[in-house]
Amino acid sequence: MEKVKCECGHVNPYGTVICESCGKPFFEEEKGLLNMRYEGVARRSQTYNKTMIDKVWNFFSSVKVGIWIIVITLVASSIGTIFPQEFYIPPTANPTFFYEAEYGALGKIYYLLGFHDLYNSWWYMLLIASLGVSLIICSLDRVVPLHRALKTQKVTRHESFLKRQRVHGVSKVASFNETRNQAKNILKAKKYKLFEEDGNIVAEKGRFSRWGPYVNHIGLIIFLIGCMLRFFPGMYVDENIWVREGETVVIRGTDGEFFLRNDQFIVDFYDDADERFRDALVRAGSPIVKKYQTSATLFKRVDDGVVGRDPELVEVARHDIRVNDPFKFEGYALYQYAFKQNEISQMSFEIEESETGERFGRIDVSTYDPQTVYNLGGGYKVEIIEYFPDFYFDDRRTPASKSRIPNNPAFIFKIITPDNEEGEISFVGIQTNQDINGENTHQMRFVDIDMNHVTNLVVRKDYTLGILMVGGIVFMIGLIQGMYWTHRRVWIQKVNDELWMSAHTNKNWYGLKKDIEAVVSKTELTMPMDNVEEEEKKS
Amino acid sequence: MKNRRFITRLLVLLSISIALGYTFYTSFANQKDIVAVGDIAPNFVLKDLEGNEIELHDLRGKGVFLNFWATVCPPCVDEMPYMENNFQKYKDQGIEIIAVNFDEQPIRIERFVDRLNLNFSIVLDPGLQVSQVYGVRELPATFLIDENGVVIERRIGALTEQMVEDYVQKILPSQ
Repeated sequence: MEKVKCECGHVNPYGTVICESCGKPFFEEEKGLLNMRYEGVARRSQTYNKTMIDKVWNFFSSVKVGIWIIVITLVASSIGTIFPQEFYIPPTANPTFFYEAEYGALGKIYYLLGFHDLYNSWWYMLLIASLGVSLIICSLDRVVPLHRALKTQKVTRHESFLKRQRVHGVSKVASFNETRNQAKNILKAKKYKLFEEDGNIVAEKGRFSRWGPYVNHIGLIIFLIGCMLRFFPGMYVDENIWVREGETVVIRGTDGEFFLRNDQFIVDFYDDADERFRDALVRAGSPIVKKYQTSATLFKRVDDGVVGRDPELVEVARHDIRVNDPFKFEGYALYQYAFKQNEISQMSFEIEESETGERFGRIDVSTYDPQTVYNLGGGYKVEIIEYFPDFYFDDRRTPASKSRIPNNPAFIFKIITPDNEEGEISFVGIQTNQDINGENTHQMRFVDIDMNHVTNLVVRKDYTLGILMVGGIVFMIGLIQGMYWTHRRVWIQKVNDELWMSAHTNKNWYGLKKDIEAVVSKTELTMPMDNVEEEEKKS
Repeated sequence: MKNRRFITRLLVLLSISIALGYTFYTSFANQKDIVAVGDIAPNFVLKDLEGNEIELHDLRGKGVFLNFWATVCPPCVDEMPYMENNFQKYKDQGIEIIAVNFDEQPIRIERFVDRLNLNFSIVLDPGLQVSQVYGVRELPATFLIDENGVVIERRIGALTEQMVEDYVQKILPSQ
């Protein structure tokens, strides 16, 4: 590829539209205003297309491609909101069948294409990845040549460059030097930087605003890197644990290192006897929760024991976990997330002789670990033949358990009395007490129940937050830099016996013209024309 | 100049691809809490219903059929007799079957084992610690561990009797 040598002597890369140095347009046959985008530099993507690497590069360097990626991502994200995401469907539902059962054929397609778990579907991740690649390559491909062009620009510009600017005017003045000096001072007062060469002037300000979009893109890329790091081991944990009161469980996501005991779970309500709250509570109509709190103790495993063996634990810390007041330790945080109140933890029964109502001894049956036999002495014994923690009748109309959670405990008891060593069998559940053989003389009388609260905590570790924050801040800086400053240039040049004035800005032409008006009002210079406005007036 | 351009582009594209490739790899192929085929099966110690400890590492040299199950999971219940039959058939050839229960109440497991007359090792996993290490979220789940302690197959879902036998034959120790 040949380079292009301009008549001013500057050598431009192939594909340049406007000489980087003097601004002479290379395509003179086109008249009208110059397209000043990227200072007319050669975007490298448009020039070389030889190897595979170049082809890939050029594909991602295209802004058109970039915009399509954004549009497709947006559309996909919107489609992802039509049916609920996987983590919002009932936890017991199997997504394979749920979407089809609930939403029909569309639901099935939705599931098959991975919309049900959009952020983890491979093609969505691929879209985001290509968005990142597009950002990096588009920016690199534009910022490098633009930077070079702005650095190489000379004060003295080619006549056709000046003539083809949007704001351009020609003035006849009596005194060139005086006019120039006056203009210089006025522009200097307006915080322009002035450069001079052979009596020609360029006044420039706000060039750094041109870097705004690229700074903004760097912010976005940092943000995407932060998101990417979530997939790296040890950077991000998002788990969920259920802990019953009094129970100690391993904290998920800590590789078996930490354990947590739930000492107590409390739900507090606002006191409706308190005058301060009375009106508000009447308005709300129902009790309002004041706090959800899990008093927890954290343990660290000290043996390097194998998974599954009873761990040797050392207490590390205690904390009352409340909403917005997590338990923080070693990069982890435990957040109060949900709870289940009144899980049945123990049921108590007494043997009762049906006829007389006389009672013989009491048994306390834990729903978490019932004993096989309860020996009451004097020949009285209760055996648990079957236990159903979450009782229901299955398809075959036989008693079964839905889960291991004691939501609806039921028992089949064998009652052994001194008179009946064979034993009598009865089925006892919540609000049911059936005599299986129909000839029982004794029954298990339900006498007491113990409840337990279960807390649900979210385990979170996120080392990417800092990076996301930095990305966000850089993003905003770039945005502000590009939005609130403008890059303005005013050229004043002596051509033949006239003084030419041209100006360019990347936006806010009104502001630029105000600056020029200030110059014109106090000098011999005449107000240049805005060629775009003239065109608009004509049509 | 042209060479420099090529190298810069190559380097930029290469570093992006490596970063993205690794990300995709960790998120799809290598979820860290899931034991995958080819991994050494993580060691564990669990107790059976009598309180005897069973340590996976002690079973090196034997083929281990590791099953995760619960009495409240019908397909798990269905495949227990298949496992029992194959255990009887192959136990003298160095096959060990371990069925890790999904943290149910011991009495339920005891009654179940008695009813089906199961003789292979049934172990309890209080707090689901081992199930978590193996990344088991759905039941039944089966891992085939060869005599060197390497996972050679991982299956989530129900098994037929034939499949159980095929699996067992896959992990028969060489001696």
